[in-house]
Amino acid sequence: MLWSALRLSCGRGSLARGLGTRGGGFTRGWDGKVSEIKKKIRSFLPGGALDPLFNTSHLPPEQADVVIVGGGVLGLSVAYWLKRLEKRQGAIRVLVVERDHTYSQASTGLSVGGIRQQFSLPENIQLSLFSVNFLRNINEYLAVSDAPPLDLQFNPSGYLLLASENDAAVMESNVKMQRQEGAKVCLMSPEQLRNKFPWINTEGVALASYGLEDEGWFDPWCLLQGLRQKVRSMGVLFCQGEVTRFVSSSTCMTNTSGEEVSLKRIYEVHVKMDHSLEYQPVECAIVINAAGAWSGQVAELAGIGHGPPDTLQGTRLPVEPRKRYVYLWHCPQGPGLETPLVVDTSGAYFRREGLGNNYLGSRSPTEEEEPDPGNLEVDHAFFQDKVWPLLAQRVPAFETLKVRSAWAGYYDYNTFDQNGVVGPHPLVVNMYFATGFSGHGLQHAPAVGRAVAEMVLEGSFQTIDLSPFLFSRFYLSEKTEEGNII
Amino acid sequence: MGRRGWDLDGSGFRRDWLKTWVRGLKSLCLVTPVCNRSTRCIRGLSGLVAPEDNQRKGRTLFQFLADHFYDVAALREYLLRKQVLAVHQKNRFQGKEWIRPDRRGRFPYDFLKFQTVPVEAVDASGCAINYSGLDNLLPLKELQALWLQRCPHVDDWCLSRLHALADSLQELSLAGCPHISERGLACLHHLRHLRRLDISDLPAVASPGLTQILVEEMLPDCEVLGAGWAQGLKMGPGGQPRDASSSLLT
Repeated sequence: MLWSALRLSCGRGSLARGLGTRGGGFTRGWDGKVSEIKKKIRSFLPGGALDPLFNTSHLPPEQADVVIVGGGVLGLSVAYWLKRLEKRQGAIRVLVVERDHTYSQASTGLSVGGIRQQFSLPENIQLSLFSVNFLRNINEYLAVSDAPPLDLQFNPSGYLLLASENDAAVMESNVKMQRQEGAKVCLMSPEQLRNKFPWINTEGVALASYGLEDEGWFDPWCLLQGLRQKVRSMGVLFCQGEVTRFVSSSTCMTNTSGEEVSLKRIYEVHVKMDHSLEYQPVECAIVINAAGAWSGQVAELAGIGHGPPDTLQGTRLPVEPRKRYVYLWHCPQGPGLETPLVVDTSGAYFRREGLGNNYLGSRSPTEEEEPDPGNLEVDHAFFQDKVWPLLAQRVPAFETLKVRSAWAGYYDYNTFDQNGVVGPHPLVVNMYFATGFSGHGLQHAPAVGRAVAEMVLEGSFQTIDLSPFLFSRFYLSEKTEEGNII
Repeated sequence: MGRRGWDLDGSGFRRDWLKTWVRGLKSLCLVTPVCNRSTRCIRGLSGLVAPEDNQRKGRTLFQFLADHFYDVAALREYLLRKQVLAVHQKNRFQGKEWIRPDRRGRFPYDFLKFQTVPVEAVDASGCAINYSGLDNLLPLKELQALWLQRCPHVDDWCLSRLHALADSLQELSLAGCPHISERGLACLHHLRHLRRLDISDLPAVASPGLTQILVEEMLPDCEVLGAGWAQGLKMGPGGQPRDASSSLLT
């Protein structure tokens, strides 16, 4: 039996050899075999990534230099500038973790899309000026080979802010400062307003400031997609998942006054996959908190705010989600093509949308009227009672209008002083913030992204000094208030 | 003081004819002081040019033939053109309205003498002027006419800068610019002295007819040339244009 088995195997072998010699030689298919052998050797030698037993393509990488929590316009802007300002190409591995790739609740896509320089803080004006420059040259900044150029659909119609008697002096000094910083804004009296925009009812208006250039509105979704595709082409990794845990190590040091301070460094971020218990621990060097309306929760995870009150350890990040409505209506006799984004003395605002006499607008609710931010349901009664009367009083043509649709979005509202938080945390030394802009994050995103990237790479702000926006002001109770919040 | 050199007394026909001919050459227009020599020279041609205000007595055999035969009329035009050209070459500094580049595309150096003379019109058709290039045009506070036809880099951002010329600009032409859309046209309302606006053939404007109506409403004193209002409207039954604006809602 053994003899017959041997004979069979020999026969088969000779047959195979015969086929091989007939087919073209011993070296046929050699390249494929060589690469396979090389891969196998590499996988068990030390220094290489282990060939995983199962498919992990949906998981983030195990190590990344910078993890950006939040993939909205601010997070992507930070990723873009980090890759653009890095000293050597491919020097930094950046991972952007975004919970919802459809951006259904992200503030960026739901935004009205305005950009203005009419702020009361010089830093905000500089941020807007740089951002508008970025938007104007967007095809030079965000060009991807073989992709079509981006069309932001920018409407350069300007902002018109109206002020009553009480606010006129503040507006005048603000405009003076804006002009010094380089914004092109002019002041108008009620009579000039009536001449220029005959559809305005100037009762109760003492002064108005009108942006002549570099102000208007654009399509935020286009900016977001443009940033996404550019950032992908620069080698940034994306992951759809939620950050559930930060693992950090701490060291105790004594400061100059002899107190013990415990400094933390986050060395691992746990990213949990959607609809699953699976998570990936990502080793990282730096974490950027650009989670928008949910930045407060992400900061809690890092242990910010866990401590006795009135201490640096006990100071929370005061950013929370606030729901804001936007309504779209049609008014056939409404203001014409020249309409800027008008912000009334009462806080109600509106702008044109398209050519068909459609308008978009709303009003920020007061503290008492704040709706519950648990969901994004629209309250139409808010428009009927709180927005429409004010609009109709300012623009009599709006007495007859028909609401076509409405939506709601979140402001990443800074309850302390309604201005952004930028820069590192004093105790959790490798967490940087880029959040809390309370409704003007979109228009500052390119400039803030550059500032955070400079802070991460150089250690200090190089172009625009955003030291008034550091976290430490919450502990020191130094408010950097912004007056012109819409 | 005459602002334009060709202050010909008498026939408006003559003035218009010469103006259109001169404008046909692409160049800058400068305000020039009155030139007496040129008017004298042109006056000498009056007998040849205007048939309608010539009296019967003064008509020559040449004119009679020119009225009846096309070839003689063509000969008359040719002779007139030659005379005017001769006048031009004699009055190169004062008679000029437009500073134009020579055959090799270079501007003559003598236009540096006109540094204090305000510029009234700029013809930048087809030029590759862009947003930062407008820095050179915006300080011209007396600019009355600006032609930006077929400029490939003029877009909505450039139009938003034109408010600096609001006090003087009377004529603006944007025909054929590929990057201008109705959003940029919205910021032309600053130009309150504008009397002629040409917005024909703008490929990036979504609904030319509707845009034309909205721009006309925005600038009531201005003559807007562009698409007719019915362009872009779908024809309903009976050949009546149907209002397509309802499809723009929602």
